[in-house]
Amino acid sequence: MASNGCDRYVPDAARSVKILILGPFAVGKTTYVGTVSEIRPMHTEERMTQAGQLIDDLHGLEEKTTTTVAMDFGRLTLAEDIVLYLFGAPGQPRFRGMVQALTAGALGGLVLADTRRLQDSFDAIDLLEQAALPYTVAVNAFDGAPEYPEAELRESMSLDPRTPLVLLDARRRNSAMSGLITLVSAILARPHLEPAP
Amino acid sequence: MTAPRRRAAGMVRSYTATGGRVVPTRRSLDGATLLKADATVALAGLPAQARRVMELCRPGVLSVAEVAFHLRMPGAVTRVIVSSLVDSGHLTAVAPFVPAAQQHDRDFLKRVLRGLQRM
Repeated sequence: MASNGCDRYVPDAARSVKILILGPFAVGKTTYVGTVSEIRPMHTEERMTQAGQLIDDLHGLEEKTTTTVAMDFGRLTLAEDIVLYLFGAPGQPRFRGMVQALTAGALGGLVLADTRRLQDSFDAIDLLEQAALPYTVAVNAFDGAPEYPEAELRESMSLDPRTPLVLLDARRRNSAMSGLITLVSAILARPHLEPAP
Repeated sequence: MTAPRRRAAGMVRSYTATGGRVVPTRRSLDGATLLKADATVALAGLPAQARRVMELCRPGVLSVAEVAFHLRMPGAVTRVIVSSLVDSGHLTAVAPFVPAAQQHDRDFLKRVLRGLQRM
């Protein structure tokens, strides 16, 4: 595919699709977004109000109590009229409001997990379930991290049998792509695309 | 048998009802919302930051998050400026695709999947 990967702009006719990449600190979100993105991945430190509300006025911005959230942002042009945006964000409860705001308008979420600390990904899973957003869990293969049978991983994370679980290497493009492919396949396989009211 | 663990309150997605074309209130302006500039609307009288946004957006389409990044502005500030530019007709905003249970949307999703598989 002829890729104008370094071009700044997206095609005029494009619709965007948003997928969230969630997980705890140092689980590989930045690496993942960087591997998949066609543009230089954007890493930002976003200041959010504590309540996680999007502020709607510039006045008083300084007075509000804010917290800083590390966000990763990447882009992938999938067709002449489809552009995928990846938003990597932490899943910890203190960022909950901010990540909840991100779930609006998202197609689904990919939760990254590390077998040495699976429990650190629980918050991201809970958050996506509460938002009723389809998600896939991706165990990122870290060198030297223990490997477990899928059934054991599923049980540890009490995953619904319908929730896909994939093993991938966030550093390798084909492997990283498998997480997104699995997520979108699972969304397509649902009898009703729209989340229940 | 597993107890259903899903779902607290359902979420209202205004994007779905409007086919993605929204007049964004400041809260609905998403980072992945795409911005298209109307080159026929004059820039005269715009504040400096709004003018910078327009100068960035006139050559082509970008998302709100990219505008924030390129101009090194906080996301919240960017959304405020962009929403007023949408209100004034300088920019058109297209919200990210969210599927509804329609064949058209299923076809779009299939194209998303094919695009990913081709990579």
